[in-house]
Amino acid sequence: MKPAEHIIPVPAIEEGTVIDHLPSRETLKVMRLLNPQEFEHPITVALNLDSKKLGKKGVIKVNNRSLTKDEVDKIAILAPQATVSIIKNYKVVQKNRVHAPKSISGIPCSNPNCITNKEPAETQFELVQESPLRIRCHFCERIMSRKDIAL
Amino acid sequence: MTFKGRDIISIRDFSKDDIMKVLETAQKLEKKPQPNLMKGAVMGCLFFEPSTRTRLSFTSAMEKLGGQVLGFEDAAVTSVQKGETLWDTTKMVNNYVDVIVQRHPVEGAARLAANAADVPVINAGDGANQHPTQTLLDLYTVQKEKGKLDGLNIGFVGDLKYGRTVHSLCMAMSHFKTKLYFVAPEALQMPEYYLADLQKKKVPYVVTGDLDKVAPELDIIYMTRIQKERFPDPVEYNRLKDSYRIDKQLLKRTKKDVRILHPLPRINEISTDLDDTPNAAYFRQAANGVPVRQALIALVTGRLS
Repeated sequence: MKPAEHIIPVPAIEEGTVIDHLPSRETLKVMRLLNPQEFEHPITVALNLDSKKLGKKGVIKVNNRSLTKDEVDKIAILAPQATVSIIKNYKVVQKNRVHAPKSISGIPCSNPNCITNKEPAETQFELVQESPLRIRCHFCERIMSRKDIAL
Repeated sequence: MTFKGRDIISIRDFSKDDIMKVLETAQKLEKKPQPNLMKGAVMGCLFFEPSTRTRLSFTSAMEKLGGQVLGFEDAAVTSVQKGETLWDTTKMVNNYVDVIVQRHPVEGAARLAANAADVPVINAGDGANQHPTQTLLDLYTVQKEKGKLDGLNIGFVGDLKYGRTVHSLCMAMSHFKTKLYFVAPEALQMPEYYLADLQKKKVPYVVTGDLDKVAPELDIIYMTRIQKERFPDPVEYNRLKDSYRIDKQLLKRTKKDVRILHPLPRINEISTDLDDTPNAAYFRQAANGVPVRQALIALVTGRLS
């Protein structure tokens, strides 16, 4: 039997994408942002892993799918320090940091009196500032910060 | 950028050139009225919540240009009562008119209507968000009263936290060489992200609670109403409401040619005995709504370019 410190709590994947260094409390939000219902293959999510940088961190491993730049950049609005690794044959072939995109969709507007919360309309936000995060709703023009993002 | 076919949704979409184009066109129309300019055109005036001033001013603007107006001033008489979405209402009205003017209580409603309509949409107020034609008529007033938009000290007084007219005018003024003064109780001061925006654009500004102190420096005083419902404590409201009141006493301390603007309605923040002084520009400001709205109607429909 391996000593305890050598046991990897989340199994390695052969092909796919690993999103690491997620703050634990944001991990499930990031998961929802990725639209996991659209994925065909297994996804592993781990929370509360020990991390030197973050204290506790989360990891998401997506099997058999390399996430596109557009998909991963959305993560930056919730977890700017996240890293995204593309895995081929158990090896990291590419490792990137995430950058908040100029235009963001797929999250609800936090303003209850915004038209997007009153009738069907796809939300859209413009990046005002990356750190600390400020995004502006294309419709009601209200500024949202990270804590306003509900998923 | 050409105005033909363009939606007027937010002052944020206006460059300095755009602003100047609207003001020049308004000035021309005021000097030389064109009673047949909009002949044969129909303006849809869709007011999902009541508004006297804005609706009458738009109607007057269109009719003085020879165009016709149809619409409603109360959502209760429309299919909205039957559950029709704004999207569908706009798609339907789009077939009957050449331009849509819309007032709606929900923020972002104007942007959604513009997405739905093929004809240009002019936002006449969407909830607490934007009211760009008010901002343009404020700018027109400042220019007319002072002969310029550059080199002015402009004081915003009252409810700066929730007042959308203040936010929009402040955004528009940042295109010009100006110094801004924000005079309000701490609880109603300018939101931090507007101040951050001014810093980014290197627009000098002063944040203060003391109107008496800064009054002598101002060329324009833009008064707003302090709304009672914003205060949890009525005693606090009573204490503050009178600290931001302009009367003859205060006028003794200001520049002689200071101009007082107010988006109206006023409660008691401007003493009525100032109404007849040349400093009181607020009724002239309301009248300026007509040429400015005429200019916008004519530009977006392509009758003027």
